[in-house]
Amino acid sequence: MLDDTDRRLLRYLQSDPAIPVSDLAQRCTITPATAARRIDRLTGEGVLRGQHAIIDWSALGFTVEVSLRFTLDKGDPRGFDEFLAEARKIPQVVEIQTFLGRVDVRLSVIARDMAHYRALYRDRILTLPHISELEALVHISTIKMAETLPI
Amino acid sequence: MIDLDKTDRALLRALAADATQSAGALGRLLGLSQPATWRRIRRLQDNGVIKGRRVDLDPEKLGFGVTVFLGVKLATRGRVSLEDFERAVSAIPEVLSVQQVLGLYDYRLRVTARDIADFERVLRRRVMTLPGVGDVEANVLLSEERRPGPI
Repeated sequence: MLDDTDRRLLRYLQSDPAIPVSDLAQRCTITPATAARRIDRLTGEGVLRGQHAIIDWSALGFTVEVSLRFTLDKGDPRGFDEFLAEARKIPQVVEIQTFLGRVDVRLSVIARDMAHYRALYRDRILTLPHISELEALVHISTIKMAETLPI
Repeated sequence: MIDLDKTDRALLRALAADATQSAGALGRLLGLSQPATWRRIRRLQDNGVIKGRRVDLDPEKLGFGVTVFLGVKLATRGRVSLEDFERAVSAIPEVLSVQQVLGLYDYRLRVTARDIADFERVLRRRVMTLPGVGDVEANVLLSEERRPGPI
């Protein structure tokens, strides 16, 4: 189980992922050795799964981002897996989510511009297997993006 | 926009997979000296390609058992109500991200909650009472996968 110190530690780590262990320990009023031990334990328990660099795709020229929401054809029991396997082969798909609700799967697709998106849509997306319905939401702007949990 | 060579791409892929790796370790992996690796990382950061780090925590182990994506349509439009809505929705701690979209909905929200009952509380007390909120569609997240993307 997590105690208050674990939660505090994760909260500080979330807000400043590159923080040195000594600073983290100081903020939690524990020794650096204790902080390191707790981080190891949280990692071992699978609470802390790692750290990832966040890439800004627009800085690499990918200015278009589209959320594609799919309803899949439920006739084939392997349809879901086959759809996901094919979607993973498209490099411009940066996120795959599955849902319980009206939408079955959502793909986040990035493209250099609308012409590039149109080509991707025609050649890679519409050719995915077992699509029943498909709708697109074009991203206009990000108002809030907290890569943190309200621990 | 900056041009990336093969080494930059390999570096970006490695940091997206694990951002805690030291410049020394990454350099050994890519056949670069530690200072040369460090300079490349700095360049990616200075150009905004790497916009930060994300700590990957297991939400379920921290008591956040439910993630729901909400598609929100505004009932009344106009500049003032857009701003009011955006400010109010961003202030809800359980709403982790807010994206403005073009299509079936006006906004896409990522909401985290302890369980379905807790989600209902957030939905009824906080989301449905937002200024200007109209139709809301909910999809419960079952799985999520972030892909490396076109690098």
